[in-house]
Amino acid sequence: MSDVDTLRLTAEEAIGLLERGDVSARELWEAYRAAIDERDGELHCYLSLADEPEGDGVPIALKDVITTKGIETTAGSKILKGYVPVFDSTVAARVKDAKLPLLGKTNLDEFAMGSSTENSAFGPTHNPWDPTRVPGGSGGGSAAAVAAGLAPWALGSDTGGSIKQPASLCGIVGLRPTYGTVSRYGIVALASSLDQVGPTTKTVRDCALLYRVIAGRDPLDSTTADVPPVELPQADDLKGLRIGVPKELNEAEGIEPGVKEASDRTIELCRELGAEVGETTLPRSVDYGLACYYLIQPAEASSNLARYDGVRYGLRVGNGSYHAMVERTRDEGFGDEPKRRIMLGAYALSAGYYEAFYGQAQKVRTVIAEEHRKAFEGFDVLVSPTSPTVAFELGAKTQNPLAMYLSDLLTIPSNMAGLPGLSIPCGLSEGLPVGFQLVGPQFAENTLFRVGHALEQALSFDYVPERLK
Amino acid sequence: MAITRAQVEHVARLAHLALTEEELDRFGEQLGAILEAVSKVSELDLGDVEPTSHPLDLVNVWREDEPQPSLPREEALANAPATEGGFFKVPPAIGPEPDL
Repeated sequence: MSDVDTLRLTAEEAIGLLERGDVSARELWEAYRAAIDERDGELHCYLSLADEPEGDGVPIALKDVITTKGIETTAGSKILKGYVPVFDSTVAARVKDAKLPLLGKTNLDEFAMGSSTENSAFGPTHNPWDPTRVPGGSGGGSAAAVAAGLAPWALGSDTGGSIKQPASLCGIVGLRPTYGTVSRYGIVALASSLDQVGPTTKTVRDCALLYRVIAGRDPLDSTTADVPPVELPQADDLKGLRIGVPKELNEAEGIEPGVKEASDRTIELCRELGAEVGETTLPRSVDYGLACYYLIQPAEASSNLARYDGVRYGLRVGNGSYHAMVERTRDEGFGDEPKRRIMLGAYALSAGYYEAFYGQAQKVRTVIAEEHRKAFEGFDVLVSPTSPTVAFELGAKTQNPLAMYLSDLLTIPSNMAGLPGLSIPCGLSEGLPVGFQLVGPQFAENTLFRVGHALEQALSFDYVPERLK
Repeated sequence: MAITRAQVEHVARLAHLALTEEELDRFGEQLGAILEAVSKVSELDLGDVEPTSHPLDLVNVWREDEPQPSLPREEALANAPATEGGFFKVPPAIGPEPDL
């Protein structure tokens, strides 16, 4: 048993171990539990742990916005502390159908609002590469758990970059799938026109394997679509592929030199692997993307979070009148970031401001989608760094919400257009991982897997954090 | 773009948040800075552009209007802070409504 090295083992290798009978599913699950006991005290990836393995497959961790029947689901918020759902989300049900035993529920920024996991009501997660730094967010718990060998793979959710950015900061692979490919039924809602569930894994092939488990039309979510069959990537070259380098995404202000260097080297590698590489442009998507996102997302969030009123589930504070109870419950139950976004959204939707803010942002969203459509006339995949920076220090941006929002500058534009994005580790800058973002047209996940896998083979990035070796 | 104290209080009421004085000050300042940043969208002249509310070209999805099993009542009530006689129980809601 002691020979299961959870830091290095990929999910695909774990499947092999189980198939050959080299380990039992329980032994495998227990190996991860032992790793959690050893390292999670320092990292705080998990909010709750499963008592017993259920299923004979490779264990999995789920971000705590994914509703799990009979298992506390908090969304990282005090307002949902103690909430034990009476139903499964569709993704949790699919994971169960695939017999993947749950390890536990992972930490996140409250209601998935944040880029560092520091907004969790239950304390931050730490980056396995350097525990004085953030793992990214909102899905920092899932990303750090996979990077630290505390889960072979995990699921997250991505609204503005909450899968891709933490994957980048933790040196692993993260896929934000095309909007509509994975059911949102039972996912604690942040912004319904943007939220999407996706895998966080050590390798691109693991990512494709897990995406295969969760993707597909769901009668319980009418915004889901039919999904092309998922292909496991094999090829180690990029012959016949056209890779576009959007100038604005690669030259944006705030990209650290070390990040730019690692990303540029990877672009050069695309050429060496046989791809046709050329420059392209997204003139307004990057300049206006962040502003567009921070109107639409808070507007949808303010509506979605109206349900936390102390009546049907969660916290209730005060008992004088109904209105006083609702207001006090929400003031005590929500942390600062949800309050800021609820107010920002309510303001953008309020009489007199709707057209200038929310209405205008929806038009910008059309512009962003059209710019991407145009770029894909000449290219199969668009590439850039995933995050402008490597993992930053805990506390560095907590006093300045706008500085924190800039963490998602490069992930937001394609998210606004509903496009799939894959982040793969492409090197180190100052000893910390750098993520490389691949964006494709809607439903082009297989292309992203192919490019990601070929680059991964050529890069041979070692995903085991130096300090844990 | 500054947001006045009265506007912050108004938005807090709209959002059903009973904020403390300290929160009203702090959030007022932060909202002002964020609103200034997001106002950037108004630089673009997009008169003829159609708004996008949803990223996929989906049309309405229909199903037969047939009764389906739903959550048993006791399960639906299982997480409620207060219940009585099979209902959600709330404090008195009749009386003067807060000013919006």
